[in-house]
Amino acid sequence: MIGIVDHGMGNLMSVRNAFEYIGAEAKVCREPGELAGADLLVLPGVGAFGDCMRNLRHRNFVAALDEMVIGSGIPILGICLGMQAMAKRSFEGGEHEGLGWLDADVVRIRPAGREYRVPHIGWNDVTFEGNNPLFADLPADPVFYFVHSYHVQCRNSGDLAATCDYGGTVTAAVRKGNIFGTQFHPEKSQDQGLRILENFVRQGGQC
Amino acid sequence: MLKKRLIPKLQMKKSRFGNRMVLVTTVRFDEVMEIGDPVSQAKIYQAQAADELVFLDLDASVENREPVTDYIRRAAEELFMPLTAGGGVKTLDHFRMLLENGADKVSINTAAVENPELITRAYEAFGAQCVVVAIDYRQDADGREKVWIRGGRTGTGLDPAEWAEKAERLGAGEILLTSIDRDGTREGLDLETTRRVADAVTIPVITSGGCGLACHFSEGFLTGKADAVSAGTYFCFKDENPMQTRSQIRNAGIPIRIQT
Repeated sequence: MIGIVDHGMGNLMSVRNAFEYIGAEAKVCREPGELAGADLLVLPGVGAFGDCMRNLRHRNFVAALDEMVIGSGIPILGICLGMQAMAKRSFEGGEHEGLGWLDADVVRIRPAGREYRVPHIGWNDVTFEGNNPLFADLPADPVFYFVHSYHVQCRNSGDLAATCDYGGTVTAAVRKGNIFGTQFHPEKSQDQGLRILENFVRQGGQC
Repeated sequence: MLKKRLIPKLQMKKSRFGNRMVLVTTVRFDEVMEIGDPVSQAKIYQAQAADELVFLDLDASVENREPVTDYIRRAAEELFMPLTAGGGVKTLDHFRMLLENGADKVSINTAAVENPELITRAYEAFGAQCVVVAIDYRQDADGREKVWIRGGRTGTGLDPAEWAEKAERLGAGEILLTSIDRDGTREGLDLETTRRVADAVTIPVITSGGCGLACHFSEGFLTGKADAVSAGTYFCFKDENPMQTRSQIRNAGIPIRIQT
C-alpha cells in the first residue's frame, strides 16, 4: 500500500488518481496512524513551505516520517513542495526548518534574463544525473511539467538526480538512498510522469 | 528549454438537466453553441497531447451561483495534466472546493476586479501557482482596450495591461487574457494587446480569443510574446487538433512538446 501523506495542502486527489490509474493501491492518510502498513510513502505538496511544515508538525507527521523513512528505510517520493520539505531549511517567506533529510536549502529561482518568468510554469526538458531506478524506461529527452518559484539547492552533489535549464540550472529531482524527490509533477506529466510513478511503485517491498 | 504551451479551453454552461455542465462555443461571448460533454472532449485533448486544460463555467458569475465541481472531479480521475477551473469563484472556500476536487489552478475574473484582496488571500493560502487571474477585454468606442467582467456584460474602465500588472503585484501567478472582440471569430489573436500585457508583467501570460489557423498560435508566441496560447472554438470542431497544430508550431522554430 502507498501511503499518501495528507498535510492539508495540495493536489492529493490527483496523486491518488494517478497511482490508481496505474493499478497501485494508494491511501490518503490524514494522521500518522493511518500510514501503518505502507511499504511506500508519498509526500505531495502545493503551496507555501511554512504552512506545509506547520501542518506536518500539527498532525504529528514529523516524528512518524522520520521513523519510517530514516529508521525503517521505507522509500518515499516527495513531489514539488513535498520534495522541498525534505531539505534542512527554506527561505520562502522568511526562514523555515524542514525535515532535514537532505543537506540542502530551498531558495528562490533567479533565472538570468527577463524572458524567464517566475513562477517557472510549464513543460521543460530534464537531464538525468547518474543511475536512478525512477527514470528507467524513459526516452532520452524526457519532458515534465513544472510549476514552482523555489528549488532545492543540494550541498552534496551526489543527492542531485536530475536538472533542468531555466536561465540557469534548476534542481529537477533528488535521490538519497530510499529518499526520492521530483520538483516537477509526475502526476501531471502524462505518460512519462505515470512511468515515473510506476518505477516508484516497483521500489515497494524491497526494504 | 521551457516549452511554449498549447491549452485547449473548455467553456461550459450548466445543462438544463441536473448539475451537469455542457461544453459550448461562443462568438464574442455570445451565439452559444452546445458541443457535448466537457470531460469526454477533455479526454480526446489528452490523447492529442494538449499541455494543459482550462475549464470555464461561463454563467456562474452572471447567475451568481456557486461553482460546480462535478466535472473537475470526473476530469481529474482520468486526466494527468494540469487542470485550471474557473467561473464564479468568489471566496477562498470556492478555491478550496475546486482544488480538493482535482483542479491544480483556479482562475478568478469578476471577483478579482470587485475584490482584489481575494488575489492576495488566495496567494497566501495556496501559493501564486494556483492563482490565475483571467482578464476579458474589448475595444471601446474610442479605440482603447478595456476590461469587462460578468462574462463580458459589465465594463470596468480598467486597462488590461495595468490591471495585469496590479494582479501580479497582489499575488497572481499567471494571467489568462481573452479578447472578447476576437472570441470565436477565428480571425487571429490580438497580438498587440497580448504583447502589451506580456511586457507589463513578469508572470506567464496565456493569451486567447481568435485562433483559426495554426499560424495564429505561432504569432501569439513570436509577436505576442505569450507563454501559452489557449483556444476553444479552434479545437472544438475537430477540423484541427492539438497534435497537428503542435507540429506546425514546431516547424515555425518554436520550442513545443511533441510526445506525450
